Formats: sequence, structure tokens, C-alpha cells
Amino acid sequence: MPLSLDGAALRLKDDDDVAVALRPLDPGVPVRFPDAEIVPSVAIPTGHKIALRAVAAGALVHKYGQPIGRASAPIVPGDHVHVHNVDGVRGRGDLAEATT
Amino acid sequence: MTTTFQGFRRPSGAVGVRNHVLVLPSVMCANHVVDRIGRAVPEVVTVNHPIGCSQVGADFEQTKRTMAGFAANGNVAAVLVVGLGCESNESKALAHEIATRGQRVEVIGIQETGNTSETIARGIEIARQLVREVSAYERTTCALSELILGTECGGSDGFSGITANPALGHAADRLVGAGGTVILAEVPELVGAEHLLAQRATAPVAAKLFELIERVEARARMMHVDMRYGNPTQGNIAGGITTIEEKSLGAAYKGGSTPLREVVEYAERPSERGLVVMDTPGHDIEQMTGMVAGGAQVVVFTTGRGTPTGSPIAPVVKVATNSAMFERMRENMDVDAGTIVTGTRTLEQVGDEIFEWIVEAANGRETAAEVLGFHDFAINRIGPSF
Repeated sequence: MPLSLDGAALRLKDDDDVAVALRPLDPGVPVRFPDAEIVPSVAIPTGHKIALRAVAAGALVHKYGQPIGRASAPIVPGDHVHVHNVDGVRGRGDLAEATT
Repeated sequence: MTTTFQGFRRPSGAVGVRNHVLVLPSVMCANHVVDRIGRAVPEVVTVNHPIGCSQVGADFEQTKRTMAGFAANGNVAAVLVVGLGCESNESKALAHEIATRGQRVEVIGIQETGNTSETIARGIEIARQLVREVSAYERTTCALSELILGTECGGSDGFSGITANPALGHAADRLVGAGGTVILAEVPELVGAEHLLAQRATAPVAAKLFELIERVEARARMMHVDMRYGNPTQGNIAGGITTIEEKSLGAAYKGGSTPLREVVEYAERPSERGLVVMDTPGHDIEQMTGMVAGGAQVVVFTTGRGTPTGSPIAPVVKVATNSAMFERMRENMDVDAGTIVTGTRTLEQVGDEIFEWIVEAANGRETAAEVLGFHDFAINRIGPSF
């Protein structure tokens, strides 16, 4: 059941940590999935991601059933998931010296 | 089921979907003359570029391969190369390489002809003669298996991996099913998705793919940079894409679901049919030029933010990932894939529309980018000028 009941958000794979907002999501207005209800903590723009479950800082974040990066801060359901709380793992030449 | 289109068959055996006369500068010093020829003979297509001199090694080889491949694309019926005379990318050698590929080619040099005005006048004369000559070509029935489709996404957003790219993947699968070839490129935008493609490849093909991915990450390490903000760009990020992995997972859908047959270098013509990865950067115009130089006669370009680009010689079908941008940039777009999330059309229906567009564009239907007159051209550099 990837699509929320009101068509506001889409979860692409069952195990994903996030859903994609198909229209702007307003803070406090619940997004209802058949198996869960998620309340956006902030306004989430169209095409952006809303957290469906908690992700600890440092843990991988999944979309398309695949890891898309690592949480750089704790994420709770309803959070806007983006560059402020997720970092890429790949293409990180900036970390090269620290890891070699 | 569609298995054929009406295309142009060249003496070389190449198959084209357009019947262009191309006027190509071997070096930037000939750009002005090329422009003036194009102004006087609007039936030809012209390109400009800032290279062709003071180049060495692999970088020079890539430039030469790209120019020759582009000029020998089946969409081009005849070529006029314009050189200066003292350039490293010697115009007669370039013309010879184009002729070796079976293409009809003429060449003039500015220093040999003497004076800019005389070269322009001579170029106009040759261009008119080539236009008359190629008008004799008629469309004839060609198999879809002779098509090479370039796939591209630019100005991606949070919808690219949900709507337009998977729909293009459906069309790509149909073309491969008909025996055709599909190029998936922009290797930096496969970083994080390469393991999924490798599962569909033989061990040697997978190894080559991993090698290309490593080249990208090695460049990021060498420069001590995070790819983010260079790729994904600020616009991608504003559209909801957070990391390169997320962008790549969405981008890889363009290639569909068939086995990965081959991995080729920039502007290298695939030797296999089916799905092929080409080593290009994510830079939209360098990528487009590389795929067309590798033989692609048609390109499908998905875009979320709204990228207007088009090739001088190949139809580029524009697919909008979201309906809001499709409406805002209606003039620049050909297909609205946003209807997949509004629920009015399924992913397969949009994919079928893209497939039909590919066939119609091959038959001669002009895309938005062609009607608007785009003729963007850029060759990827892999070394410095000396």
C-alpha cells in the first residue's frame, strides 16, 4: 500500500523510511496510510520526503528499497527528510583524508 | 505491434531519421566562417565549439572521435568541415576520418583559401551544392532494430524517479524488445545504483561499469569534495533530491529492466544491441553530444525543473516529470509524465506514449526542441589545453 489514502504521499517500497509528498503537506495535518498515520512536523514541499519512521543519527535512510544516505541527525516520523538531516555516503571526496 | 519506421538509409549502411547537411568547424578559429555559411544557407545545421587546438593524448582522441562520430551519424546526409589550417585537429585528417566512416564530406581551410570572405563564399557554394545533393534522399522502411536511443535526464526533481524515468524505462524495454539499442549514460548519476545494473550484466561488463563508477569517485577524492551541490545540483535539491545515491536510483530507471549488454567510452558506437551504458558526465549537453556521436538517432530527455536543450542533428523528445512544469513550459515539452501521480494515466500508458513518440520522431515528426531551433553542442574534455 504505497499511496496514502488521500493521495498526498507515495511510499515507493514497503521497507522505505520515507514517502514522497505528491502535493504540499501542511504541518499538523495527518497523512493516512492504510497501516499508519503520519503527522508532518513542518511544511513539506511537493517532491520532497517525509519520514515514515524513526532513523537514528548515523543509520542508513532507505528510499526505492535502497540506501540513499545516512542520517546526520536523529529523524522522527513526520520530519522533513532532506539535506539538513541526511548526508550522502557515496561521492564523498571530502572525507577521503579522514578515511585513508 | 510497431517494428518499423520511415528513415533514411545511407550508402555507408547507416540509418538516419533526419536528412541534415552539417557544417562543422574542426577548430574554434573556424566558428565565425561556419556561422556565416549557416546564415547564408539556412537549410544547413551548424555547430560551434571552443576546442580543436592545443590538445593532446586521450583528450584529443576523444575530441576527434566525437567530431567524427557526430558527423557520421545517420541523421547527417553530408558534411562540410571548415578548418583554419594550423590547428592540431587538422581539418583534412578529420574529413578523412569522416569519409572512412562512409560519410559524404567536403573540406575547406581558411588559410589555404585565403581571406575570411573568400572562405565564406566558397563555403556557401559547397553548402548549397550539398543541400541540393541530399534532397535526393527519400524515406524508406527501416527496422526499429536499427535505432539507437539516447536516454537522458536533466533538471531532475523528486518526481523524476517516480514518473518520467520509469516510464522512459518502459519505452526503452519496448525498443530493446524490438531489437533496438538504448544508451544509458551520465555515469556520475549511476553512483549508488550501479549494483542494481551490475546484477543484469555479465562479469566483464559489470567490471567495466564498476571501473567507470570508480573513476567518478576517484575524481571526487582527488578534489577532496562532496559531489553534492555539484551533483545533485541546487535545483535538484530544491526539487527534493537529497543525495547522489537518491538521484542515481531514480536516474537508472531510464534504462528499463533488460540485461546490460555493453559499457562503452564517451562517443564510442555500441557494438552490441540492447541496453548499453556510455561513459558521459552528467553535463546535459556534453552527454547529449556524446550519445549522438555514438550513433543515437533519437534522444528522450526527462526533466523535472524544465530543461529546454536540443541537439542540432537529433530529435530530442522532452518528458516532463510533473504536470505543473509541463503546463508552465508547455512550449518546451512533448510528454507529460506527471499524469502518473495525478492518477489519470498509468506508468505503462505514459511509457507507451514515449515509445510512440520515439517512432514518430524517427518518422519525421518534429519535437518541441527542434521546432524551437535548439542546436546545443559540447564535447566533454578529459584533459587540459596545452
